[in-house]
Amino acid sequence: MKANFKYNISWLAVMVIGFVAIDACEFLGIINTFIENMLVTIGINIILATGLNLIIGFSGQFSLGHAGFMAIGAYATGIMTQTIATPLGFYLSMVIGIVIAMIAALIVGIPTLRLRGDYLAIATMGAAEIIRILINNLKITNGAAGLFNIPPLVTWATVYVLMCLTTIVTVNFIHSRNGRAIMSVREDEIAAEAMGINPTRWKLAAFVFGAATAAIGGSLHAAYIQTIAPGDFNIMASIAILIIVVLGGVGSITGTFVAAIVLGALDTILQNFGTLRMIIYSLALILIMIFKPSGLLGNWELSFKHLGIHQRKEQSIHE
Amino acid sequence: MQTFGQQLINGLSLGSIYALLALGYTMVYGIIKLINFAHGDIYMLGAFWGYYVINQLHFNFIWAMLSAMVFCALLGVIIEYFAYRPLRHSPRITALITAIGVSFLLENGMTYLFTANTRSFPQVIKTVTYHLGGLRISNIQLLILGTACLLMLLLELIIKRTKMGRAMRAVSVDPEAAQLVGININHTISFTFALGSAMAGAAGVLIGLYYNSIDPLMGMTPGIKAFVAAVIGGIGSVPGASVGGFLIGLLETGVQAIGLSAYKDAVVYFVLIVILLVLPAGIFGKKTKEKV
Amino acid sequence: MIKWQKNMVKIGALATIVLALAGCSTAKSNGSGQGNNPGKTIKIGVNMELSGSAAGYGQQQKQGIQLAVNKINKTGGIKVGNTKKKIQLVVRDNKTSNTTAASVAAQLVNNDKVVAVVGPAATNAGTASIPNMTKAQVPSVSPSATDPGYTLQKNGDVQKYIFRACFQNNFQGSSAAKFMTSNLKAKNVAILTDNSSDYGTGLTKAFKKTYTGKVVSSQTFQEGDKDFNAILTSLKHKKIDAIYAPGYYSELGLIIKQARQAGINVPIVGSDGMADAKLAKIAGNSNTNNVYYTTPFSTKSGETNTLAAAFLKTYQAKYHTTAPTFSALAYDSVYMIKSAIESEKSANSVKITAGLAKITDFKGVTGTITMNKNHNPEKSMTIEKLTDGAVSQAYTIK
Repeated sequence: MKANFKYNISWLAVMVIGFVAIDACEFLGIINTFIENMLVTIGINIILATGLNLIIGFSGQFSLGHAGFMAIGAYATGIMTQTIATPLGFYLSMVIGIVIAMIAALIVGIPTLRLRGDYLAIATMGAAEIIRILINNLKITNGAAGLFNIPPLVTWATVYVLMCLTTIVTVNFIHSRNGRAIMSVREDEIAAEAMGINPTRWKLAAFVFGAATAAIGGSLHAAYIQTIAPGDFNIMASIAILIIVVLGGVGSITGTFVAAIVLGALDTILQNFGTLRMIIYSLALILIMIFKPSGLLGNWELSFKHLGIHQRKEQSIHE
Repeated sequence: MQTFGQQLINGLSLGSIYALLALGYTMVYGIIKLINFAHGDIYMLGAFWGYYVINQLHFNFIWAMLSAMVFCALLGVIIEYFAYRPLRHSPRITALITAIGVSFLLENGMTYLFTANTRSFPQVIKTVTYHLGGLRISNIQLLILGTACLLMLLLELIIKRTKMGRAMRAVSVDPEAAQLVGININHTISFTFALGSAMAGAAGVLIGLYYNSIDPLMGMTPGIKAFVAAVIGGIGSVPGASVGGFLIGLLETGVQAIGLSAYKDAVVYFVLIVILLVLPAGIFGKKTKEKV
Repeated sequence: MIKWQKNMVKIGALATIVLALAGCSTAKSNGSGQGNNPGKTIKIGVNMELSGSAAGYGQQQKQGIQLAVNKINKTGGIKVGNTKKKIQLVVRDNKTSNTTAASVAAQLVNNDKVVAVVGPAATNAGTASIPNMTKAQVPSVSPSATDPGYTLQKNGDVQKYIFRACFQNNFQGSSAAKFMTSNLKAKNVAILTDNSSDYGTGLTKAFKKTYTGKVVSSQTFQEGDKDFNAILTSLKHKKIDAIYAPGYYSELGLIIKQARQAGINVPIVGSDGMADAKLAKIAGNSNTNNVYYTTPFSTKSGETNTLAAAFLKTYQAKYHTTAPTFSALAYDSVYMIKSAIESEKSANSVKITAGLAKITDFKGVTGTITMNKNHNPEKSMTIEKLTDGAVSQAYTIK
């Protein structure tokens, strides 16, 4: 545990350096609103995709309903900050969004997680669509018109810090006993059960955890873009997050980071291509998948621990 | 009672279109376990093909539909060859993302080439409405129902009675064993794509004629619904896809008939989840044990 | 488990430090307070739905914009003070995504340094762009964002940099309701709403508020739906005098077709999203009878409005079809910016904003426009009647 702590500290140091670097660039004017917009979108996508990667990559459950949980977080923030337009109100709304998303994940997950593979995917997709259609027809969510003029309570810094936090928590969750239990269920459900691990319980844990991160992403999205509509959380939104996870490499958090950055940058650059943008984007997607079928990074993970072990090994060889 | 009968007709005509589309999904899934997201877009291309051959080359309806089926079959084979075949031994989720990529490409490529505008499909067959004891049914509805049933029967015959059909079934059960007994897997898979895409092409022209409106994004929603239909029916099963398609068509119609149109899709998804919970492999799906 | 929790506590403590750091983030205000200035040309940005679900409408608007810019540049450009400057269009696609619309807005105002923006088409994409437009002090004119709240802040004040060229929902919805009672004498109506955006739902809300008769049935459909037989069959045996169906031509064309085929011959009243020649093409001319819609731009207005006549002619020549309302509104949006530049004698974005707010009696294709204090254009509304697929009558409403 001590060792884990050390690595967390090292990661934290990296994150602080990253923060200072972005801050400096912002101060020097290298990052204007446009670049900031791109960075924030990337940050939110990282939060969303990390959660989905936990569900798909680590617990081995194919969920296609991430946008539904994101919608819950977004609408919690959108509705609550209409009356409490303070940073405290925002964090409160985020917590409430997380709680509702977790309850929704339990309701969806308890029955459906018995299903396997693509059946689970289609069931979660259906659940997310049901959530979206409810939002589209409720009065409190302002129906199809959505909510706008949401107070701007989120800066890039908030997104950055929450991105770091969710990543640290997720990674520690994966490396904990619980994380190993989840991975053992992915590898072999029957063997895991024989070891005294309750598969349904741990699958559900990963699913609920993923839903919570989706709600965080949704809250940040609502407060940064200041406009949300049910259409933002349709099947295509779920698929967009799935693309990040698969492109980066299923089961690699580093890969999720890389893919979110690559896709975010690509999407922004393609803004210069007018009507051709989506054609180039889809071609890029097909080609990357054909030439890198296991994703950009496969299941490789950047880790101080591995670097450390590597060094120690080298040392022992030298000795 | 009259209204009920009318709604039944509405539901069946809608359902037959979903069924035709679901067949393509179910066959492709049955053989390579891929959710072919681009299937709905092949149907869109079938409709556009019909639009052009009727307008430019003045084909009649039968020729337009047959040529659209051939065109879509070719297209399906080409897509499989370039986009899915290289990924046959990769994780299935990779192939799924590629399928999504192909879907985006077809949608946006068509938007780029032909603009996103809705077009009106040439009416090669004049709509005639028949009155039967207070019920109204148009010749086009009859045509759709008839064609759909005919194609489904034909498909069932191909799968059950021909050599290629037997090869398809063999590959879907165990590709390696099929190879051992001398079945060419690549040909069989290409054939499956051709067959499924041809169904989509036929559906495209029928829809064009029935609704008289086509656009590059027309495949998106029906594609997803048809997939849901295939899953409800038991993915991999041809009769299942037909039953699933008709079921969804009737369900959507029923929900709208009782005035809950806003929740039309929600009810469909809810029923999907319930059916999956009761019958985890769909109505006609075979229960297979997960390999340990 | 306990160890894990301990670890979490430590992480929590570290997080607090980071959060504190976040508080120290430099709060630097963007923009110089001057807005954007033009260079050799006047750069106008287009933030438009060119792909995705609203691409059909976005592309029509782009055509209108291009037509206007071509025409202005042919005569040498816009007169700024003593010199004439040509317009340079920067067209960017927002994919019908709100997030992308915000990003496109930021790129247009910060990187491309445009002095004004036309678009986005949809209200939500528009509201998502507002923060970036306001920060950079660049005005935007949306040809078709119809939500009443689009040009308003939360506290009811006007959004300084946000304008529109179209009617807002309340005006159209209530006009349709009045028309139904006074002209069509409809006492029982059914409503069929496009439930996939603010457009249909907003119009329905406004309609219900004003309409005094009885709403027998209120049903909805989604964008992209093709089959309305179920809803129409359920309406058939209800006693209705008319149907109010706010939505776009692609779905409304099918509704008209299927309603007439099902034997429902009552008047169908809609909104400006229907004002497109494709409506009758989809529905079939023989079905398009007894159809009405509220619109700012009537193809008949060419008879009285010379600008509209010229626009219809050039549009027909270039795109080989009758100009749809969306193109006309987009065309006017460009000319409104031009008129603002000329009246302020400056193409600075802040000046253009002031100019746009002061627009009075601007002669446009869609009527004579005066910008009110909430940045909504005030112009007269027309209700057109279609018989056999062609406009047979036009009622003007004040």
